[in-house]
Amino acid sequence: MINFVCLISRQGKVRLTKWYSTYSQKERSKAIRELSGVILSRGPKLCNFVDWKGHKVVYKRYASLYFCICIDEEDNELEALEVIHHFVEILDRYFGSVCELDLIFNFHKAYYILDELLIAGELQESSKRTIAKLISAQDNLVEVAKEEASSLSNIIAQATK
Amino acid sequence: MALSGMRGLSVFISDVRNCQNKEQERLRVDKELGNVRTRFKNEKGLSPYEKKKYVWKMLYIYMLGYDVDFGHMEAVSLISAPKYPEKQVGYIVTACLLNENHDFLRLAINTVRNDIIGRNETFQCLALTLVGNIGGREFAESLAADVQKLLISSSCRPLVRKKAALCLLRLYRKNPDVVNVDGWADRMAQLLDERDLGVLTSSMSLLVALVSNNHEAYWSCLPKCVKTLERLARNQDIPQEYTYYGIPSPWLQVKTMRALQYFPTVEDPNTRRSLFEVLQRILMGTDVVKNVNKNNASHAVLFEALALVMHLDAEKEMMSQCVALLGKFIAVREPNIRYLGLENMTRMLMVTDVQDIIKRHQAQIITSLKDPDISIRRRALDLLYGMCDVSNAKDIVEELLQYLSSADFAMREELSLKAAILAEKFAPDLSWYVDVILQLIDKAGDFVSDDIWFRVVQFVTNNEDLQSYAAAKAREYLTKPAIHETMVKVSAYILGEYGHLLARRPGYSPKELFTIIHEKHPTVSTSTIPILLSSYAKILMHTQPPEPELQNQIWTIFNKYESCIDVEIQQRSAEYFALSRKGASLMDILAEMPKFPERQSALIRKAEDAEVDTAEQSAIKLRAQQQMSTALVVTDQRPPNGMPAQPSIGPLSLVKVPSETVDSNPGDQGLTHPNGVVYKEDPQPPSQDIIGDLLGTLSIEGPPGAVAQSPQNATYEAEGAPSAADAAALVPVGEESGSVQPIGNINERFYALCLKDSGVLYEDPNIQIGIKAEWRAHQGRLVLFLGNKNTASLGSVQALILPPTHLKMELSLVPETIPPRAQVQCPLEVMNLRPSRDVAVLDFSYKFGPTMVNVKLRLPAVLNKFLQPITVSPEEFFPQWRSLSGPPLKLQEVVRGVRPLPLPEMANLFNTYRLTVCPGLDPNPNNLVASTTFYSETTRAMLCLVRIETDPADRTQLRMTVASGDPTLTFELKEFIKEQLVSIPTAPQRPQGPAAPPPPVAQITAPPPAASQDPGALLAGLL
Repeated sequence: MINFVCLISRQGKVRLTKWYSTYSQKERSKAIRELSGVILSRGPKLCNFVDWKGHKVVYKRYASLYFCICIDEEDNELEALEVIHHFVEILDRYFGSVCELDLIFNFHKAYYILDELLIAGELQESSKRTIAKLISAQDNLVEVAKEEASSLSNIIAQATK
Repeated sequence: MALSGMRGLSVFISDVRNCQNKEQERLRVDKELGNVRTRFKNEKGLSPYEKKKYVWKMLYIYMLGYDVDFGHMEAVSLISAPKYPEKQVGYIVTACLLNENHDFLRLAINTVRNDIIGRNETFQCLALTLVGNIGGREFAESLAADVQKLLISSSCRPLVRKKAALCLLRLYRKNPDVVNVDGWADRMAQLLDERDLGVLTSSMSLLVALVSNNHEAYWSCLPKCVKTLERLARNQDIPQEYTYYGIPSPWLQVKTMRALQYFPTVEDPNTRRSLFEVLQRILMGTDVVKNVNKNNASHAVLFEALALVMHLDAEKEMMSQCVALLGKFIAVREPNIRYLGLENMTRMLMVTDVQDIIKRHQAQIITSLKDPDISIRRRALDLLYGMCDVSNAKDIVEELLQYLSSADFAMREELSLKAAILAEKFAPDLSWYVDVILQLIDKAGDFVSDDIWFRVVQFVTNNEDLQSYAAAKAREYLTKPAIHETMVKVSAYILGEYGHLLARRPGYSPKELFTIIHEKHPTVSTSTIPILLSSYAKILMHTQPPEPELQNQIWTIFNKYESCIDVEIQQRSAEYFALSRKGASLMDILAEMPKFPERQSALIRKAEDAEVDTAEQSAIKLRAQQQMSTALVVTDQRPPNGMPAQPSIGPLSLVKVPSETVDSNPGDQGLTHPNGVVYKEDPQPPSQDIIGDLLGTLSIEGPPGAVAQSPQNATYEAEGAPSAADAAALVPVGEESGSVQPIGNINERFYALCLKDSGVLYEDPNIQIGIKAEWRAHQGRLVLFLGNKNTASLGSVQALILPPTHLKMELSLVPETIPPRAQVQCPLEVMNLRPSRDVAVLDFSYKFGPTMVNVKLRLPAVLNKFLQPITVSPEEFFPQWRSLSGPPLKLQEVVRGVRPLPLPEMANLFNTYRLTVCPGLDPNPNNLVASTTFYSETTRAMLCLVRIETDPADRTQLRMTVASGDPTLTFELKEFIKEQLVSIPTAPQRPQGPAAPPPPVAQITAPPPAASQDPGALLAGLL
C-alpha cells in the first residue's frame, strides 16, 4: 500500500503531503526532511526508486516538482510510478497544463483530487474522465452553496435596510 | 493561474512566498498563527466562510512544516456543518492534520456515522474517504457494518461503493475481526462480478488484503480473479476510459495478479490452463516501446506476471523464459528496468533449479555493482549476496573487497558485513577467510564492527592449523605504517596468543613482537590499551626463560597504568603486574584461551537486525530463513548475553582463574573475552563485595547465585504471597461470617475482571458486587454496583478502599443501608501514579440480620489496565529497541516453567493484556515482539517493548526482554508478564521446584520495602 504521498519542490519546499499510514507530527516532518535530502540530491538519468527505511520511495520529477510515493517493499514499483503520472495527468486536465504555482495557490484543490484518486493508500479510480466529472460536480456544489448564501444574505440585507 | 477563491488565503500564500529567508517566513507564519488563534478564541463572530479560510491556512502552515497545535477542534467541528462547502473542508483538513490516534477524532465518530448512513451521497463520500484514510480501531468497531452495507448495496452508485470498498479495507487492516469471514466470502466473490471498473479496482485491493490473511476462506474468488485477468489481458469489454496508454487498466491487472499470489496453488486444471495462457501472453507480448508511460505500465504488468509465475512454480520452460527475460533486463539502459531486473532476480533465487542459470549472469551483476545509481548498486549487492555459494564465493567476495574501497560511505558497513558473512559461510579454506577479514579491516576499518573481528578471533582460536598462519599475517599487517585501530586490536590479540608458535622464525622473538606491538601503542585509544596489556602479559608468559630487560620494560608499562583513570586498564595492569611476579602460576592463569563453543554467527544475526534499517531486500530474509533451522539460537541458552563476546563487561567483573572455568564447562558459563582473561558474567549487578576480589589471589566464588540469596528470598516471598493467598482470597474476618459463603470462585472472578472491564466481582446469597470500569490513559473510573439480593435490607454497609501507594483512589459515598432488591452505584476514581504490580483492596462489610460479613476483595485496577495497545512499525521499533540498551531500562530474563502455549495462543494472551503483538518484526517465527503504551502520572505515556524468544523444542522456557524508558516500569512490566506466563491463576502455594519462576534478576529497585509501609499492598499480600 501507499504509506504517504508528498510533493516537494526543487528548493525543498513541501507542496502537498498526505499520510495513509499512521505517523505522528514529528515523524511526518522528519520523514519529509530526510526524504527530500535523499531525493533532491539524486542526479538525472537514475532510476525512480530509492530504498528508504524498509520502504521504497518511488518518485518522479515534473519540471520543478518532485512527486514522491512511499510504498511497501514488496509492492510493484512501476505501478506506483504510473499512479504518479496518472495523478499528474488529472491535475493537468483540471488546471489546464498545470504548473507549480497552480498547486501552491490551489493546494486544497490538489487535495480534493487526490482524495478521488487514492483512499487507504490504494488506487480508487483509474479513469481520468470519472475523476474529472466528480471534481467538477463538487465544484458545482460549492458554487451553488455560495450563490445561495449570497442571495440569502442579499435578501437579509435588503430586508433589514 | 487559477485563483483559490479565497482572497485572504491567496494573500497569505503570496506573503509566505515573498519571504526572503526562513526567518522572515517564520515571522510571517507566527503572525498568522496568532491571528488565527485569536479569531478562533471568540468563535461566535466567525462566519462559516472565515472558519473555512482559517482552517485552510492552518493546513498550509502545517504543510510548510510548522507545528500547529491548536485549531484541530475547529477543523473537526466543520465536519458537522450542515452545508457541503464547510463539511468538505472539515473532512479534508481533519484527514490531513490528524492521525488515527488523535483524541479529537473520537468526537467526530457520531457525525461521521450519521453521514455514512444518511441519504446524502456526497456526504457519504466525504465520510468514507475520511474513515478510509485515517480511521482507527474505534472506527472499525463502530462503522464496519455500515460500510459493508454500502459496499454491497444495489441502490448505491459506484462512486460511493468504490469508496466503501477501500474504507472497509482500512477498517479491516485496523481490526481484522470486523469482517466476518463466513458471511463475507460469498459477498466478496459477488463483488468480483462488478461491471464498474472503479468499484472492481477498489474491491480487488480489498480482496488482496483479505486473502493475504486467510486465503482458505476465499477460494471461490480465485476463478473470478483469473476471469478478470483474462478479460483485461484480452482487452475484452474494457471501456476506453479505463485503458491507460492503450493498456487495459494496468493497476487492476497488477492487483489481480497480486491477489492470485496469495493462493498457494491453482488446482482446477481449466482455471490453471487459462491463467497460464494469460501469463504466457504477457511474458511474450510485452515489448519495449518509445513512450515511457506505456512502457512503465506494460512492465508493471510484466513484473507482476513474473512474480506470479515464480509463485506458481510453473513448468521449467516458463521459468527459464522468466530468467532469460530478467537476464535481458539487467543489461538494458533503462535504469528502472535494470533495477527491477536485479530485484526480481534476487526474488527468483527462492525458486529451485534456476540458481545455475542466474549464475551465468554473474559478470553482468558485478558490473551493476559499479552502476552510477546507488539504488541499483544496492540491488546488485543483495543479489550477489543471495546467489553466493561455495562455487563462486571466492570471486564474489573478492569483487566485494575490491569494490569496498570505492563504495559510498552509506554502503560500506553493509558491504563489509556481507563480505564477512560470505567469507565465513563459504570459505574454501580457512586461511582464505582470515585473509579476507584482515583485508576487510585494512580497507574499511571504520566500517568493520567489533563482531567481525571477534568472529575471526573465534575462528583462529578454534582451529589450531590456522593459528600460526594468522600470527604471521598479523605481524605482517602490524609492520605497515598506518593501520586502523581495529587492526591493532586483532593483530595484538593474535600475536599475544599465538606469536610464540613462530618464535623460531627470525623477527618473531618475544622481544621483537613486543616492540612491533608497542610501536602502535601511542596511536591507540583507551579501548585498545587493555588488549595491548593482555598481549604484553602473554608475551611475558611465553618468554621462557624470562628476559629481564623485556620484563622490566613491560613492568614499567604495567606500573604506569596502575594509576590510570580508566578502571579497566587500571585493574588489568595491577593484576598482570601482580600475576607476573608469581612465576609459575602465571603460566596457568594466562594459558592459551580455550576453544569457543560453536554458536550462530553474531554477524548473521546482525545482518538480520540491520535488515530493516538498511532496507535490504528479500535475499537476506530468505537466507536467514533458510538458516534458521540450523543456526537457530538453540545452541546458546545462556541467559543474559545472546551475543558471544559482547564488548566490555562492567569494569568490576570478577576475575576467575581460567582453569576453573574450563573445568566447569566453558561454553555455558564463562563469557570468553578476546583479552586473555575469562570473565564470569554475574547475573547480579556488582553491588556485592566485589572489590575485595580484585586482587586477593583471585578468589574462587561460590556457586553462582549463592551470594545474594537472602535479599532475593525476601522479594520472592513478597511476590509469592499474593498467589499463595489466591486460593483463600476471601478470608472471613470473624467466625460469625462463617455462615455466609461466596458464590463462585472469587479468584476466577478477579482474574476475569483483570481482562475485561465489566463483570461480577463478588457474590454471596445476600449481595452481588458488580464492576464496570472505564480506563483512559493513567486514569480510570470504576463503578461498583452493590446489589441487595434479599427482600430485607442490608445494614452497616461499609466499603473501604485500601489503595497501594501507586494508585490514588477516591470512592464516593457508600450508603449505610441498601434497601431490599435495590442496587447502589458507587463510582470510584482511580489515578495511576507510578508503575507497580501492587493491587488495591476493597474492604467490604455489611450486616445481614445478626451476621456481620466482611470480605476483602482485590480490585482489578491492575497494571495492564494502564496499558494501551499500540502498533509500532519497524522504523519506530528498532531505533527505540536499540536506544534502550541494557539494564535498568532493558531487562532480560530466561523464564522457566512457563505454561506451554502454542505461539498464536501466547500472542492472543498478550493481546488480551493489551500488549500488541507486532508480527513480522522479528524474523524468527518462534519469537514474538509486542508493544504497548503505559500510562501513569510520573511516566506519562511511555512506550514499552517486549520480545519473547521461545524455544520450539521446549515450550516451558523462554527468554524475555522488556524495555521501556523507565527502570521501574521495565521491571514491573517484566514481572507482570512473567506472572501471566508462569503462574496458573489458581496456583496454590508459592510455586516451587521446576515450576518456580527464577528469582528476579537485576532487582535493586525492587519495591517490597515500600510495600511494608503501604496498608493496601500489605493487605493484598496477606490476603
